[in-house]
Amino acid sequence: MTQPIPRSNPRRYGGMAALITFLVLSLLCSLSWASAIEPYEFANKVEEARFQALSRELRCTVCQNQSLADSDAPLAQDLRRELYAMIKDGRADMEIRQFMVDRYGEFVLYRPPIASHTLLLWAGPFIMLLIGIAIGLITIKRRRKAL
Amino acid sequence: MIRMLVPLAIFLGLVIMLVAGLDTAEERKLVASPLIDKPVPPFSLPGLYEPEIVRSTEEFLGAPWILNVWGSWCWACRVEHPFVERLGSEAGIPLVGFNWKDERDDALEWIDRYGDAWTTHVVDFEGRSAIDLGVYGAPETFLIDHRGIIRHKHIGPIDQTVFDDLMRRIMTLRSEAEAS
Repeated sequence: MTQPIPRSNPRRYGGMAALITFLVLSLLCSLSWASAIEPYEFANKVEEARFQALSRELRCTVCQNQSLADSDAPLAQDLRRELYAMIKDGRADMEIRQFMVDRYGEFVLYRPPIASHTLLLWAGPFIMLLIGIAIGLITIKRRRKAL
Repeated sequence: MIRMLVPLAIFLGLVIMLVAGLDTAEERKLVASPLIDKPVPPFSLPGLYEPEIVRSTEEFLGAPWILNVWGSWCWACRVEHPFVERLGSEAGIPLVGFNWKDERDDALEWIDRYGDAWTTHVVDFEGRSAIDLGVYGAPETFLIDHRGIIRHKHIGPIDQTVFDDLMRRIMTLRSEAEAS
């Protein structure tokens, strides 16, 4: 019951240090993102940004939990080359996504479209949240009654 | 008492679902091809023995054919090779070897060592036609009918079960071609 206060202080500092370490490390992680990509030349910043964004939202089908941007697999290199060529060619993002979907299916999209067959995927988390809130409210009500 | 059993029941339900999921874990990694029942994407690729001779998909129209994606770097291709050889001799339709992202010398050496199972060869060094075909690993085997429609795709090495399944499908394609 009567824990002396000074003893809990070092622990609090320890937590702070851990938090700072975590933040610094996560910053380093985000910096290393761009490293898997070949030195492609872009005409402007917009093209480069589109390349980066698309290669990050397209899945590498060989190493399935990596995006094209993350992967060093030969197929991912080929697909990045294809992506680069299409951007240079002035093709729209939608067209490029469709190019990949036509060949590898919707599985390659890390951000699948909202359609009837993906409704559960998109709405699922919100449905779960509503169920959680409902259970919480019922529990609170019951406990209040019991008091 | 019954209320206390609810969490246990939920837990057991989860365990059963996870264990059941283990069985299909390998299958779920396979990416179903959106190209099934679509025309085979046209390609024109050089041969393996004669790089100067270019073969295109149009040449194969009119009869069913098999497209087998392989590479000398692909260990699973060695595993399935005896069955690919049997396909070549027993299917009675062209078996096209699609040499993917390989070096010509390595491919020829591989064939020297393990035998040439295919009736025709095409080489895709750059991997561009492979992207059109939605290839994402080797070995992959496509069955294409006499109208040039991709009817089936098998991802991974061919074993006895897969071989039997492929042969059944090939016989269907052959009788379809004869009927037309």
